[in-house]
Order: sequence, then structure tokens, then C-alpha cells
Amino acid sequence: MTVSLLDVAYLVSGIFFIIGLKLLSSPKHARLGNRLSAIGMGISLVAVMLCSGFVSWNVLLIGLALGAVVGIAGARFVKMTAMPQMVAIFNGAGGGAAALVAAADFFQHIDDRLLPADASIVILLSACIGAISFTGSVVAYLKLQELIGGRPITFRGQQLINAALLAVVFIGGWYVVTSGVTHTHELLSPLSASVPIPHAAPPNLDVRLAGNASLVRLVFAPTIEAFLFVVFAAALLGILVVLPIGGADMPVIISLLNSFTGLAAAMTGFVLNNTVLIISGALVGASGTLLTLLMGKAMNRSLTNVLFGAFGAPVATAGLSDTSSRGSVREASADDVATMLAYARQVVVVPGYGLAVAQAQHAVRELAERLEARGVVVKYAIHPVAGRMPGHMNVLLAEANVPYTSLYDMEDINPEFSRTDVALIIGANDVTNPAARIDRSSPIYGMPILDVDRAERVVVLKRSMKPGFAGIDNLLYEDPRCVMLFGDAKESVERLGLAVKNL
Amino acid sequence: MSATFFTEITIFLLAVFIGFEVIAKVPSTLHTPLMSATNAIHGIVLVGALIVAGVAYPPLGHVLAIVTVFLASLNVFGGFVVTERMLAMFQPRKPQERRDP
Repeated sequence: MTVSLLDVAYLVSGIFFIIGLKLLSSPKHARLGNRLSAIGMGISLVAVMLCSGFVSWNVLLIGLALGAVVGIAGARFVKMTAMPQMVAIFNGAGGGAAALVAAADFFQHIDDRLLPADASIVILLSACIGAISFTGSVVAYLKLQELIGGRPITFRGQQLINAALLAVVFIGGWYVVTSGVTHTHELLSPLSASVPIPHAAPPNLDVRLAGNASLVRLVFAPTIEAFLFVVFAAALLGILVVLPIGGADMPVIISLLNSFTGLAAAMTGFVLNNTVLIISGALVGASGTLLTLLMGKAMNRSLTNVLFGAFGAPVATAGLSDTSSRGSVREASADDVATMLAYARQVVVVPGYGLAVAQAQHAVRELAERLEARGVVVKYAIHPVAGRMPGHMNVLLAEANVPYTSLYDMEDINPEFSRTDVALIIGANDVTNPAARIDRSSPIYGMPILDVDRAERVVVLKRSMKPGFAGIDNLLYEDPRCVMLFGDAKESVERLGLAVKNL
Repeated sequence: MSATFFTEITIFLLAVFIGFEVIAKVPSTLHTPLMSATNAIHGIVLVGALIVAGVAYPPLGHVLAIVTVFLASLNVFGGFVVTERMLAMFQPRKPQERRDP
């Protein structure tokens, strides 16, 4: 076997991806890491186009150009706050492509009636995982974009239907792999040149040839219908598994789907005997899985709980967070709040998704600087899942030049709240809900939260009384020490800044 | 199982271990860009898409090929550009080192 230039290119690409990923784990080199990965991608793409004898160039270039234009335009113009759904849609595209490649390979080989069992298993895996990733990501996109309700969609017997679908995928897959025309014959033996391959072999024809037993393969021709049936069942499963997931679990599911697409790409690599697909797919599958587990840990939830817990389902709101028992909330004016802030010793800012939506991060930094000029200590409390993705808030505050030394993780800031005069909550909701600590019936019970209710006073900047992403009411707002300042986060913060200045 | 298939499984498993090792200590600050970058990397399926599309037959094969290449290409270009944009925010004027939890 001679080594082709293409194989060398694939190896180099693989190395670029590994180094790129390694560099991505430090903020200093992350950008270089991303660029190295992009270069690795470029090497493989150029090599495969140069080295393979393609015929339908027009098709390739149309597809490539369309994808590049739409992808780059989408990526450039998307708002930072809409990043999660953008990642979801790119992920779904990759999964869909993997499924289609596997299907194409299946159809090409079904004509030949030549498909060893190991090949058909990887084709099925690639197609099914890719299909799940595709439909799951599309549903995740629709939910994040609020085109369908962000709240979990549940119905009776859902788990049963999912289990049944999974069984259909496995049994159908087993049928595709084992059924059809089954006969053995020699494929790779030197003798085979002289033996005609029985292309149109009748069912159950058993052609046994002398020679090396290890070269005897099982060859069969499963039906296209059975294959498509299995793949559609997998696609439906992807929809049904993601539909009931909502709230803060969304990033976890996107990360999981990301690792699924990685696996699908690796399986496609097995199908096409392509090493770079196997390497990169395995890298993404593994790192995606690890990332998913890390995120689950940050929220104190197991993966099974995320997948089957129907987080934020409106069933469990009968307890303390019952809307009918809701106390009244206290509204404050900007001047009141400004006075409260200006005469405090320590203020902890709790930024959330609302701050990101309103692009209020610069205004917040200005307000903080004014307070610091008056001798107030200002700290920022960053919940591990603040925003719609882990690390989302750090990105946004870094963009606004908030010094990183003022940013505190949950474990570090929670003991501070009892020494804090004012907790200023800007567009965060579920991560401040004390129900997570005290209300056993709450769907978020057990989730680690920021203990803002232990501060002397709590000020909540909020657009309206709408519940948060998880769709549950916040007990905090009924606390007598809590006041609300309604309005757009950016405008409210600017009003506060002005009021502090005029004091 | 063929020898080629076994070699491929070997490569796959070793790459899985590297994948775990390489990102084991990633700070939560970088979870979003990392997720986005790995998202771009699995766009490598574009190589596979090109391989099958390059030998597709018209007309139905061509339509499917265009869709396949389009999806994979969307994944690659969109993924890398969006990651680049995110990471650009981690380059403030003053050197920004992450505070360890």
C-alpha cells in the first residue's frame, strides 16, 4: 500500500485540530487555536479537491459557495446574545450532512449488492446519529429563537414513545444489517479475479470458495425502505427528545448534540475509510461529551435528569411559587435606588441574560465606576450558567472592559452576600430564585443559585414581571427587602448612573 | 472484521482519549468558544460530502449533493467565523488572564 498525498494531508489536518483544541483552553491563545483549526480544515479541503477525480465540479462549487456565503453572513451579523441558536443551527447542518453522506454511500453500494456487515453498521450509525443531531438541533434552534415555546413541551406517555422509537431504531437497524440477500463469497482473495462476483445472486445462494477464511465476507443487500424507515425513526426521536427540554438546560443539550454530530462525522469516516473524519469526529465527540458533563455539574444536574427531567415543566408549580398566592412586589424609582447604591459599602452586581439583550454592559461599567469613585466596593457575581451559554457573561463583560478581578464565581461570592448592602440584579432571574434552596416542589429545586436574598437590600432591574426562561415565578420578588425597577436594562442603568452623578 | 476496520477503530479510540485529555482543564469562561470551535471542527464532514458529491449522478444525485455540501459548508464557514468573533472579545486592551475559581 502506497501512502498518498491525501493521507499525509489528512494527518497534518488532524494534528492541527489537536493543537488548535489545546490552545483553545487558555484565553490567551484561544484565538490562535481557532485559526489553526481553520487552517487544518483548509488543508484537508484543498487536498481532497486536488487529489480526487471529481466529475461534478459545478455541483461541488455551488454547494460550497452557498454554504460559505450563508454561513459567514449568519456568523457575522448574528447578535452576541443570539449566539447559542447560531451554534445550534451550524451543528444541525453538520449532522444533516453526515446523515446524507452516509445515505448516499448506502445507495451507491446497494446497487452493487456489496456491503459487508461492519460497513452497514457504521453507515446506519452515521445516518441515525446525524439525523438525531439534525432534527434535535433544529428544534433547539426554534426554541432558543422563541419560534416555538421556550417552555418544555410535554405530553403523556412521552418517555414511553421515546423508548419505543429507540427500540424501533435498534430492531430496524438489526434487520437492515442482517437481513436481505445473505450469501458469503470471496472479495479480496487473489483468486477472486478469476471468479465472477455474483452481482445478481439469488437469495440464499451460498457461494463458498476455497482460500483464506479471513477474507470471506458476509455480503447482503438490505432494502432501501428498511434503511429509510430506521433513519426517519431516529430523526423523530431527535425531535421528541429535545422538545421537552427548556430553561437553563438548553446549553447542555446543545453541547450534547455537538458531540453527537462529532460522532456522526467519525462514523462517516468509517464509512468512507477516511482518517481525518475519524480523528476529528472522535475529538469533537469526546470533548463535547466532557463539556456536557462539566456543564451538568455546574448546574448540579445529571445528564439523565437533563434529558428526561423536563426541567421547568409547568406541573410542579403548585407549591410556594403558586401564582395565586403571589404577594405584591414593590416598585422603586431610579432616584431611590441611586441613593441606596451611593451610600452602600458594598454592592454586588448580578448580570444575566437581560443585560446581554439590552447591551447594557458598558452602562453598567460606567455606573460601577461612579460608585467606586464614591468609595463603594463593586463586585460582579457570575453564575456558571449566566446568559444562555456557560461563559457567555464573561465574554460580554470582558467586551465592556470590566476588570476581571471584579468578577467572582458563585462559590466565591455567595459568602459575601451577607456582608453586602445592595445586590443589584440586572436581567437575571432563575439563578437568583431562592425557591431552588427552599421549595422542594420547585422544578429548579437543588440548582445552585446566587444567594442574593442574604444581602441587606435587593434591587431587581427587569423589563416586566414575565417569568424567566425556565418559566417559573421568582420568590425573591415577594421578599419585603426587594424592590423592582422596571424598564429596559440599559435605560435603567443609565438613569441610575445619572442619578448617582447628581447626588 | 477487516484489518482496515480494526485500524480505523484504533485511530478512533486514540483520538477519543486525546479529545478528553486536551480539554480536561478548560475554564468555564471558555466553554462557549470551545463548544463553538469543536462545532466548526466537525464540519470536517464537508470532506466526506465532497467525496460523495464529486461522483454524484444527475439529476437527483446532484440535488442531494448540493444540499449535502451546502449543509457541511455552512457548518465549516459559519462555525469558524462565529468562534473568531467570540474570541475577539477576549482580547481587551489590558492583558486579560482568567481568575481561577
